[in-house]
Amino acid sequence: MTNQSSVAFVRRDIIPPAPPPPGQAGVLKWMRENLFSSVTNTLLTILSIYFIWSILAAIMPWTLNGVWVAGSLTECREIRDARGLESAACWAVINERWLQLLFGFYPTDDRLLSSLFYAEPLAAAGGLEAVFGAGSNATARIEFVNAMKADLSNLTIFFFGYWRPLLAVALLVVAVAPILYASLPRRLLLFSLAYPFIGVFLFWGGSFWGPMTVALGLVAALYLGRVVAGGYGLLGGGLAAVLAFILFFLNPLGVVGHTGLFPLFPHVKGVLDSVMPLGLPAIPSDQFGGFMLAIIIGTAGIVLSLPIGILLALGRQSTMPFIRWVCVTFIEVIRGVPLIVWLFVASTLLKYFLPPGSSFDALLRVIILVTLFASAYIAEVVRGGLAALPKGQYEAADSLGLDYWKSMQLIVLPQALKISIPGIVNTFIGLFKDTTLVVFVGLRDPLGLTNAIRATGEWNGIYWELYIFVALLFFTFCFFMSRYSMYLERKLQTDRR
Amino acid sequence: MAEVTLPPREGFRLSQLLYDARYRSLTIQVVAAMMLMLSLAWLVDNTVQNLAALGKDFSFAFLWSTAGYDINQQIIPFTSQDTHARAALVGILNTLLVAFMGCILATVIGVLAGVLRLSKNFVVSGIMTFYVEAMRNTPLLIWILIVFAVMTEATPQPRDFREGGGASMILWDSVAISNRGVFVPKPLWGEGSGVVIAVFLLSLAAIFVLRRFARKRQEQTGQQLPVFRLSLALFFVPALLAFFVMGRPITLELPELGGFNFVGGIQVRNSLIALWLALSLYTSAFIAEIVRSGILAVSRGQTEAAFALGIQPNRTMQLVILPQALRVIIPPLISQFLNLTKNSSLALAVGYMDVRSTLGGITINQTGREIEGILLLGTFYLIVSLVISSLMNLYNSSVKLKER
Repeated sequence: MTNQSSVAFVRRDIIPPAPPPPGQAGVLKWMRENLFSSVTNTLLTILSIYFIWSILAAIMPWTLNGVWVAGSLTECREIRDARGLESAACWAVINERWLQLLFGFYPTDDRLLSSLFYAEPLAAAGGLEAVFGAGSNATARIEFVNAMKADLSNLTIFFFGYWRPLLAVALLVVAVAPILYASLPRRLLLFSLAYPFIGVFLFWGGSFWGPMTVALGLVAALYLGRVVAGGYGLLGGGLAAVLAFILFFLNPLGVVGHTGLFPLFPHVKGVLDSVMPLGLPAIPSDQFGGFMLAIIIGTAGIVLSLPIGILLALGRQSTMPFIRWVCVTFIEVIRGVPLIVWLFVASTLLKYFLPPGSSFDALLRVIILVTLFASAYIAEVVRGGLAALPKGQYEAADSLGLDYWKSMQLIVLPQALKISIPGIVNTFIGLFKDTTLVVFVGLRDPLGLTNAIRATGEWNGIYWELYIFVALLFFTFCFFMSRYSMYLERKLQTDRR
Repeated sequence: MAEVTLPPREGFRLSQLLYDARYRSLTIQVVAAMMLMLSLAWLVDNTVQNLAALGKDFSFAFLWSTAGYDINQQIIPFTSQDTHARAALVGILNTLLVAFMGCILATVIGVLAGVLRLSKNFVVSGIMTFYVEAMRNTPLLIWILIVFAVMTEATPQPRDFREGGGASMILWDSVAISNRGVFVPKPLWGEGSGVVIAVFLLSLAAIFVLRRFARKRQEQTGQQLPVFRLSLALFFVPALLAFFVMGRPITLELPELGGFNFVGGIQVRNSLIALWLALSLYTSAFIAEIVRSGILAVSRGQTEAAFALGIQPNRTMQLVILPQALRVIIPPLISQFLNLTKNSSLALAVGYMDVRSTLGGITINQTGREIEGILLLGTFYLIVSLVISSLMNLYNSSVKLKER
């Protein structure tokens, strides 16, 4: 270089990069910037840490020192005092009763349990038919089952005694997965369509041909409608489908006695039953309970309310004043009154509105009212999605010459529903949480069961452990769903920008 | 331009009702109306038949008969000799009381949690995230039962407040939290307390006038008044002066231990406290999220633009950020208030006598008037929600972005 000789020193090589001074990098820097950036912030940090510490100090010993094996609350307290502890949770109640909290008084499959895990006493008692058969002694059977359940572990009973609800929930996950995750093969959606019938069969049991013929009848009505629609237009097709449905399921205007040919459904089911009797033991819904009940009501509510909600939202946007007026009234009336009042309507008033002498299942009544309730909320969510679509989309559909249903089905709804999925998931979370309210109309939801457990002599006076368990169950499900909704929001955001 | 010859006008044919878009919507509406009428008629007919079979009639006369039950929480006087209508009114007031208290507390906690959740401080925002998620993802009913269990199982009995009993009153011996309820001091309105209250109301009005005057003055001259300090002074000074000038007419009656329970003061039942706290905590989690998203919705450019104009930070918050954030925050906030009011019907779980428990509970059980009772109950909730949502619509149209 030019003045190499005139300057005393010129550095020829680059200085190796030095690490930043301590306090300007890594954890220290992060802490300084985030936790101690100002006096107020430092104070806040210290206060919060003190807050966390004091909460943990109050709760953790109680939680971690908990007694897991005991037969009653008194026994729990004796163990606690023997260990010299000041406070200890009595988790033993969960350990003993978690099956009840999950399934309520849903019967276990005792035949399967005894033949798999209790074979020797079963043989001693005279075999499967002697114990469980038609002419068996009820008292002896109850004694045998109680002895077996005391002998088997709760986990065994969970997996094999409750295989029906367990399988139904597992299949539910499979059925829901292709709806939630678009990357899964579309062919799985066929299973999702078939699931309601499978689920009903597994939960309620009875003849396999019941749900099967219902499915067949629906498919046949739809197919007939399509065929007729090919020749006589949409209106003719719709009428044909409705007619087929009525012939299959309803007794039209009561002109034919129940012994007559119509409705076809009982006859087809009767024939199939006599040709090939297939089925599971029927379980009436007053034996349903526990967390399973929340899942059944929640899922049925959302599945049934989605189509009704979409129709209501479309009706609310309709150009026909009468239709709009009906939909607005329905939505506002349903949303304006608390669910607990609607459940009350289901349990006390519904019997007045139906023909004299007709009565149906308490669970079904609750599901109907919960469905109507949820559909009003879904309608509002979908309306938001419909309103968020640019007007050009509607106009583009019109200019292509599509009729109303085609433009909705092909252009508007796919986009509007995509926008409203997070809202729908949030509605579902709300609905799922609200299923706890069925305790007020006498169904045995988990919170009702905590009362039942507390009413027994052994566990009288136990609160926190049961509430925490139930709260955690709900939290796990709802938290997963809210995360899913956030994931979806993120995913939808990227392709909209 | 080429001349267009209109096709000869055809007469109306019946098939046009189905295939002509002009008439089809009319057909559809008429058919829908007929079907609705038919199904309503069917329902009403069923109801009439069922009522006749049970030997009942449809009448609201039961409202004027003697209720015959007591209500443990009452704002207006009520005895078991009063009518069912008055019982319903007591219940309505109880519902409104817990809803009003709940809305206030939920807003306070919710705004705090929402703002703190945005904090850069990892620990603080972590706590708030945990709080919000825990509250939002667990059914309200569980929270009500948990808070109620805390109030009844984990608080001392009144006798523990005796000497050496291990429990003591808080806030300078004025408030006692026991498993029989929370006992708070009761204000006694002595001679001349009306003057103090009148002075206080007047100073509130003065604050309102002052704020309008200050705003007008700023718009006209650009000069700012120290509004906050002046209002603070107006709030406290005149009322306190009046209080001392009139010779301290308002005194407090402190709760004291007598026998097995507290006497004196106001007993706030645990059911009310549990319901109030649980409703507020639960709703505040939703409000926190609303506040957070409202603040995030105001783009950073707005703050920077205000700073570029030379507006001070607190004025920026007041004049630029808050008005825009509130536009996003207030509509969902009001629907949360509505939810809270409707959720207060869960009072049933803790035995708080709200309208669901008086009119929709005991009255129905005693008179057997399910249809009438539930109709009235539903109408009450419907009116509340319609009033609140029409207020919201008014607000919405007043803050709507004025475009074109």
